[in-house]
Amino acid sequence: MADMQFGIFTVGDVTTDPTTGRTPSEHERIKATLAIAQKAEEVGLDVFATGEHHNPPFIPSSPTTTLGYLAAKTERILLSTSTTLITTNDPVKIAEDFSVLQHIADGRVDIMLGRGNTGPVYPWFGEDIRQGIPLAIEKYALLHRLWREEVVDWQGQFRTPLQGFTATPRPLDGVPPFVWHGSIRSPEIAEQAAFYGDGFFSNHIFWPASHTAKMIAFYRQRFEHYGHGTAAQAIVGLGGQVFMRKNSQDAVREFRPYFDNAPVYGHGPSLEEFTAETPLTVGSPQQVIDRTLGFRDYVGDYQRQLFLMDHAGLPLKTVLEQLDLLGEEVVPVLRREFAKNRPAEVPDAPTHASLVAAAERTAASDTAASDTAASDTAGERTETADAADAPAASAHNPSEVAR
Amino acid sequence: MTGLSATKKRTLAVVSAGLSQPSSTRMLADRLAAATISRLEEQGYEVEASTFELRDVAQDIMNNMLTGFPSAKLEAVIEKVTGADGLIAVTPIFTTSYSGLFKSFFDVIDNQAMAGMPVLIGATAGTPRHSLALDYALRPMFTYLHATVVPTGVFAASEDWGSGADAGSTLPDRIERAAGELAPLVAASERSTQVRDPFTLDRSFSPIGGFQAQ
Repeated sequence: MADMQFGIFTVGDVTTDPTTGRTPSEHERIKATLAIAQKAEEVGLDVFATGEHHNPPFIPSSPTTTLGYLAAKTERILLSTSTTLITTNDPVKIAEDFSVLQHIADGRVDIMLGRGNTGPVYPWFGEDIRQGIPLAIEKYALLHRLWREEVVDWQGQFRTPLQGFTATPRPLDGVPPFVWHGSIRSPEIAEQAAFYGDGFFSNHIFWPASHTAKMIAFYRQRFEHYGHGTAAQAIVGLGGQVFMRKNSQDAVREFRPYFDNAPVYGHGPSLEEFTAETPLTVGSPQQVIDRTLGFRDYVGDYQRQLFLMDHAGLPLKTVLEQLDLLGEEVVPVLRREFAKNRPAEVPDAPTHASLVAAAERTAASDTAASDTAASDTAGERTETADAADAPAASAHNPSEVAR
Repeated sequence: MTGLSATKKRTLAVVSAGLSQPSSTRMLADRLAAATISRLEEQGYEVEASTFELRDVAQDIMNNMLTGFPSAKLEAVIEKVTGADGLIAVTPIFTTSYSGLFKSFFDVIDNQAMAGMPVLIGATAGTPRHSLALDYALRPMFTYLHATVVPTGVFAASEDWGSGADAGSTLPDRIERAAGELAPLVAASERSTQVRDPFTLDRSFSPIGGFQAQ
């Protein structure tokens, strides 16, 4: 997997099919999710990501269970989340769950952290939604250490203190899963992603492009500010939402009842208004290609494109047909076209292999540094400032300044 | 642009939630605006007034309620209103309170965006029995938004449009008194020249946590 990654992300909603009135059971929906993920690999996609929810009508309350099964059933596809709730989960459990998953999947794992916007979930897990940002900041600071430091002593506001704690197992090859921070509208989260040199994922799909453009520009600027590389080297992911048929009129006709009754935007704007105002594209594969290639115009060259394909009550059969179109007709063209005119400095999408290679480079340069003059080290550091190096190289210095 | 002309320009937003066209709500809004503008112009201010009928963006407001973001058309209205030096907000009274459309408009605006805004509130209804709605419904709403509401709210019942000097405090008197309270606040406002950066982080924010976490 080089250059860009293309994949799908699922909310995991159990929604009545408005055209038949039929509601799948939770069991059917869970099995459908597994089928969809395996289909994603079959059609050549790079990433499958599942959301996390703790209330009906959603089923994905235990993402690593789902991803662990998929790790065994797949060979290439990268397994991720969209998002893992950093606010209400215990960072110790996140560290352990995803380290285990990393070993099971031989490194085909990364994670996207988000705050979650369902009010009652916070008190259900003993937290306060008004502390959403401080929770995300503090819990990730701990998670970041748990994956990198063998023995952690820690005390904070939101969790019982830790003395002499070692999260087990240690991350595969000593390299933690790559972390994406997802947020629709909080600049604090973009700032956090930039500070650590982590990826930033913009949900993108329910809001106007102008908003996404501003958030990504802010993240890129702050990424550069924190010394992880140039703004163009920041690691950016975007959501997308499409429905396709060979003829665009057929796509519109078939998708309209799902749109009109969808949980998020149903009974509000028309399909035409919403497709004009947001990245939702309903039409032919060529229209999806054209629209998606246009994302680059306002966020720059980026690393990961995930599509939402399986929500609003679409039946499994339809979703699988959509994945065929996505994998066979859309993504190959996107790969080719996005690769054109991609500046050399833009990093490839991070993978376990690239993170291991970066860690080895850093270790090698550190060894060289201890053997040779300090001036060599300085040169090495500035040259290896590609984003993949950033998490390892950057985690400590800025925090010293901040203290 | 000279310093003098820059400091002498003020913007005034006028929001009317009247539904019929023409509506007495819009009529009251226009009268309040004209009285305020004339006072500011007497003091040498150049006033750019923008009047918005919420009916024109009614569907956009409800869509925003459902999707969480404004259409381009509604966003333009919100920017004009929240970026103004003063606001005249007038609603018909429905079922003892502001109309749902009026409330919905302010519900979809960021709840920090009206802080410090000089506001003149007005309302219309068929009878004067609803006049207190200004003070138990509109005024607390703007207080919640940290706006500065002038003491005089102007209520116009149907009969006010036909009453003369013998009625004691007439509608024109109340309009003049309210405009006299709003105009100096608009004159003193710097809101329209302020740059609002939605990416400004709170001063206490730290990406690693600002508490005792270590």
